[in-house]
Amino acid sequence: MTPLSITHPLGDWIRQQLPSPFAAIANGLIAVIAIAMLVVVTAIFLVWLERKVCARFQARLGPTRVGPFGLLQPVADAIKLLMKENIRPRTVDQLAYFLAPLLPITGSFLVLIVIPFDHNLQVLDPDAGIVYVTAVSGMGILGVLIGGWGSNNKYSLLGSMRAGAQLFSYELSMVLCMLLIVMASGTASLRNIVLSQQGTILDWWIFKLPVAGLVAFLLFIVSSTAELNRGPLDLSEAEQELTGGFHTEYTGISFSMFFLAEFVNMFAAAGLGATLFLGGFLAPQIGWHPVDQLLAFIPGFIWFAAKAYFLIFLYMWTRWTFPRLRIDHLLSLEWKFLLPASLANLLLAATLVLFKWVIP
Amino acid sequence: MIKADSKLLSTLPPGFALHDTGEDGSQEYFLNMGPQHPSTHGVLKLVVKLDGEKVVEVVPHLGFIHRAIEKMGENESFVQYIHLTDRMDYLSSHINNLCVCMAIEKAMGIGVPERGEYIRVMVSELQRIQSHLLWWGSFGMDLGAVSTFLYGFKEREKITALFEELCGARLTMNFFRPGGSNSDVPETFLPRVKEIIQDLKFALDEFDALLTKNPIIIERTRGVGILPKERAISYGCSGPVARASGVDLDVRKHSPYSVYDRFEFDVPLGKNGDCYDRYWVRMEEMRQSIRILEQASAHFPPDPYRSKEKPNYKVPAGSYFASVETARGLFCTYMVSENAMKPYRIKSRSPNFSNLSAINEMSAGGKIADLVTILSTLDIIVPDIDR
Repeated sequence: MTPLSITHPLGDWIRQQLPSPFAAIANGLIAVIAIAMLVVVTAIFLVWLERKVCARFQARLGPTRVGPFGLLQPVADAIKLLMKENIRPRTVDQLAYFLAPLLPITGSFLVLIVIPFDHNLQVLDPDAGIVYVTAVSGMGILGVLIGGWGSNNKYSLLGSMRAGAQLFSYELSMVLCMLLIVMASGTASLRNIVLSQQGTILDWWIFKLPVAGLVAFLLFIVSSTAELNRGPLDLSEAEQELTGGFHTEYTGISFSMFFLAEFVNMFAAAGLGATLFLGGFLAPQIGWHPVDQLLAFIPGFIWFAAKAYFLIFLYMWTRWTFPRLRIDHLLSLEWKFLLPASLANLLLAATLVLFKWVIP
Repeated sequence: MIKADSKLLSTLPPGFALHDTGEDGSQEYFLNMGPQHPSTHGVLKLVVKLDGEKVVEVVPHLGFIHRAIEKMGENESFVQYIHLTDRMDYLSSHINNLCVCMAIEKAMGIGVPERGEYIRVMVSELQRIQSHLLWWGSFGMDLGAVSTFLYGFKEREKITALFEELCGARLTMNFFRPGGSNSDVPETFLPRVKEIIQDLKFALDEFDALLTKNPIIIERTRGVGILPKERAISYGCSGPVARASGVDLDVRKHSPYSVYDRFEFDVPLGKNGDCYDRYWVRMEEMRQSIRILEQASAHFPPDPYRSKEKPNYKVPAGSYFASVETARGLFCTYMVSENAMKPYRIKSRSPNFSNLSAINEMSAGGKIADLVTILSTLDIIVPDIDR
C-alpha cells in the first residue's frame, strides 16, 4: 500500500485546489501542526493524569485548585518551568548540553507521525512502518546518553551509562515482540497491521494468537516500560540513588523538554501497543450485531485513545506500586529471561502461523 | 582546576586514595553523596570511592548539624535538659526524655506511680511504632516505591495526632518529667490507642503484601549489606541493626526499666544480618510493640500519674547513668553532678553513631543502589549522630 492510499476529506480538498507540489507542502504543514498540537495537548493532559493517578494511589487528592479538577495545573507548571532561569553549569559540553533535550522529543514526534489514529487519520504510512518506529525511537536514547555525557557530572554520567546499557538491551525484546506481530499479520505497515485485526475482539493479535499473543503483549509492556525510562525501570533517573540521573544538571526549559518527551513517549508507546495488540482504531466488536453497530458508531480515534490510555494507566499503575530494580538485576532480567522468552515466544508464534492454529 | 587539598584529604582515613583498577586503564573516582542528597535523609555526607557502579569504600562525614547539645546541657537545669534530648533522635523523643528522667530519678531517689509507669511504657511503644512506620515509608521510597512513603505517613499520622492531644507537640514532645509525666493522659487516650492497634494490625498485613513479599524487594535486600554478628558487636551496633545480625541485645528485656518486666514480648532476632533481616526485625518489632500496648491498655491503673511535682532538683554530687531502648537502639545518659542545680557534665550515648560506623564494611563491594538500601535499613537520624 502506498502512502497516498490514505484519504482524508481535508487532504483531498487541498489536493483538488492546489497543484501537486504545493498540495503536498500544504498537507505536510497541516500534518506537522496537527501532530505538534497533539504533542502539546497529550503532554499537558498526561501530566495532569499522572499527578491525579499517583495521588489516588497514595491516598491523596492531587491537584484540585487550578481550574476544574486541577486540569490547568500542568499549564501552571509549564509557566513556572518556562519562567525559571536556565542555569548552565560552566563545565558542561556546550553543544551536547543544548542538543540533548531536543532529541527525545524529536524521536517521539517522529513516532507519532506513523501511528494510525483513525481509518484515515495518519500522516504517513510507510511500508516498513515498524522498522521506521524502531529506528526513530532510538533518538530518545541518544538524547539521554548525550545529555548525561555532556553535563560533566558524575551522577549524570552514571545515569546515562545505565541508560545506555538498559535501553539498548530492552530494545531487543521490544523489537522481537513487534516482529512477532509483523510475522502474524504479514505486513510491517502499521495501518495494515490494524486492518489485519478486523472482526471481533478475538481477532486482535493479543487473543488471535493463542498464548503467544498475550505473552508478547506482556513482554511488550515490560520492555516498553524500560524503554520509556519509567518506574520501576527508571534506572537512568533513579532519584533516590542518582538525584535525577541524566537530567541532574538541567533546569527550566531544557529540563521540561526531557519531561515533555517522557510523557509524549509514553503516549507513543501506548499507541504502538494499542495498534499492534489491541486492534488500534477498531471498535471492540463482540459478535452480537446490535451492540456491534452501536460500538462501530463511536469514531475510531476515540477507540484508539481509549486503548492507548488503558495502557498508559497500566504504566502509571506499575510506576506507583513497585520498587525499582537494581541495574545488574535489570540487565539479567533482560538477557536471562525476557530475551530468551521473546525468542521462544517468537518460535511458538511462527509455529502457530505456519500451521494456521490461530483463533478463527 | 581543583588541586589536591591536603586539608581536605586529612579528613579521610589514611590510605584513602584513588587507584587505577583495571588492565584496561579504568580508574576509580570519588562521588560526594550529600549533604544534599535525597537518600542520606538529612545533612549527612558520604564520600564514596567508586569503580564504575561498584562501591569500593565509603567514608561518612559528620558534623553538619552539630549543635553541642551536651555542652548546652551544662548551662541548663536538670529538668530543662530534657527538652534538648528531643532534638537528638527526633523520632524517639519520648524515649530520649525518659532516659534523662530516669537518670534524675536515680539521683534523687524519686519513685514513679503505677499509672505513670504505664503511661511511659505505652507512650514509648507508640513512639517506637511511629518511628518504624516512618522508616518503613522512607525505606520503600529509597528503593523506588514512592507511594509507600505516603502509606507509612498515613498510619504514623494517627499516632502523631494522639501525641498532639497528649502533650501538644507532634515531634519534640518534652512530655516526661522526673516522677512521671508532665500531665495525665486525656480520657480519650485508651480508646484511641485501641483504635490505633486495630488499624495497625490491618495496615501491617497490607505492608507485608506490598513490600515484604515483593520479589524485587527480596532480591534487593537478601544477602545485601551483610553485617556478621562479631562485627556488629565490635562496632557497638545496637537496636534492630544489631538484632538483625543475631546480637540478642534489648535493654527492655535484659535489664528492664520502667515496668517492661511485666509484659510479655519477644525480641525478634535475624540470622544473616543482611538488609532483609533488618527490614524483617523492624516489622516484627512493630508487632511486638502492639502486643505490649494491648497488655498495658488492658490493665491501665488509676491515678496518680506523677509523684510529688517539683520544678527543679538539686542533684547530690556523683555520677548517674540510665539506659533505654529507643527505636534505633541503645540510648544512654551519663550525668555528673557537683551538688548543684545544673549538671557538671552530660554525655549521651546515641545508637546511630555506632550503627553508621559499620557502613563501610557493609557496603564495600556492592553497587550504589545497595549503598542506598543499606543506609535506609540502618535507619539513621543525623541530628542524633552529630548532637
